[in-house]
Amino acid sequence: MAGETSAFQLVLAGDPGLYAIVWLSLVVSLSAVACAALIGVPFGAWLALTRFPGREGIIVVLNALMGLPPVVAGLAIYLLLSRSGPLGSFGLLFTPQAMVIAQTLLVTPIIAALARQTVEDLWAEYRDELAALDVRPFRRVATLVWDARFSLVTALLAGFGRAAAEVGAIIIVGGNIDGFTRTMTTAIALETSKGDLPLAIGLGMVLMAIVIAINALAWGARRAGEHYAG
Amino acid sequence: MRAPVTDLPLVFEQANVIAGGVTILDHVSLTLSAGPPTVLIGPNGAGKTTLLRVAMGLTPLSSGRITWNGQERSGSGSDSASKARRAIVFQRPAMLRRSAAANIDYALAGVSAPRAQRIDELLALVGLSGLGSRPARRLSGGEQQRLALARALARDPAILFLDEPTASLDPAATKAIEDIVRAVAARGVKVVMSTHDLGQAKRLAGDVVLLHRGRLAEHGPTPAFFDTPRSDEARQFIAGELLV
Repeated sequence: MAGETSAFQLVLAGDPGLYAIVWLSLVVSLSAVACAALIGVPFGAWLALTRFPGREGIIVVLNALMGLPPVVAGLAIYLLLSRSGPLGSFGLLFTPQAMVIAQTLLVTPIIAALARQTVEDLWAEYRDELAALDVRPFRRVATLVWDARFSLVTALLAGFGRAAAEVGAIIIVGGNIDGFTRTMTTAIALETSKGDLPLAIGLGMVLMAIVIAINALAWGARRAGEHYAG
Repeated sequence: MRAPVTDLPLVFEQANVIAGGVTILDHVSLTLSAGPPTVLIGPNGAGKTTLLRVAMGLTPLSSGRITWNGQERSGSGSDSASKARRAIVFQRPAMLRRSAAANIDYALAGVSAPRAQRIDELLALVGLSGLGSRPARRLSGGEQQRLALARALARDPAILFLDEPTASLDPAATKAIEDIVRAVAARGVKVVMSTHDLGQAKRLAGDVVLLHRGRLAEHGPTPAFFDTPRSDEARQFIAGELLV
């Protein structure tokens, strides 16, 4: 119980070190989700609406990548960004940007796969109607993505959950550098291994609170949107 | 009153549709001319919906051809000017996830006329004035069917296809749809609709087409069709016998 009490005190006292970690975690995960959404939603929509040889194979691979182990993603990005890697000259390794790239790699398949399924289901419903209205392909995609927006929020939430919870990828490419690349999950892992349970518990509480708050906000927005748009 | 219909007569010449080895339309030859509504009747699987889809360019012919006022048109993108003059309301129309007014506005994209005024006119035509801001998916089945009619009419079609527009509606909702069909037909729009309701065919049709197993069993003016049917299928169907 002493650990929990100290953790509460840390959180309530507004410890600057703790809040810097929280802030960086949010920036990294939300940036990764935004990047993944920009890539994954159009790609998923495109995959839903097109037919070509090998499409089924891409869907299988995409679905499999939803379970991509974070350490594998971290290793892949590490190899790309390391000094001897193809993108080593950019000097991104052990920076927050590298962490965003790694998490984007993890989250994009989740958002793309869920977007593909969502848009494909809606397309089955809308296909005849849009064809009868002679709607051009680009407007079809825009219509489907817009009308599926509330379902796509769920895909974004799944992506955020993945990004906010993972530790393997960002610890490899970020290095868990104090004050620079340390996030809630990497700090929890480190502090637990050091035996500093109050800080680990405090960060765990903040992480859970953030995840619940973002999910609650998204759920409320979805309910309100469905109420007004149908 | 709209301009005279220039796409008619709509002529099906030996129209044949085969899907998955099953013949859905079997060499149907049929001429639909301007005038009162044409009503398609026949049992389930007779080919009514497929005939409407073929006319809209949504289902390709396996063989045969369709001409509009003597011209063959594909219904594909290159034919969009002609396609804009046709519209269809499906048996279960899909409502876009937006308001009733926005559903009509969607169909009006590219139309230069003042859209708000046109939306109000169309909502009034189908008896949905005051419901424009309501989410389309929250409307009742009958209201959704009327909204689908308004959406189909948004681009001022010359020919309107209706696929069983009153299926599963109660008498009041059915009457509302029939009143709209009469009003639309009175404006000079050619209505071609399918139904299982023989009473509805008598009330609305200028001519009746009976399809059976993908074939054209009979086509004639409504009084003659019901009073002096020429085919066995028509006699059985009118007598209420099971046509299988």
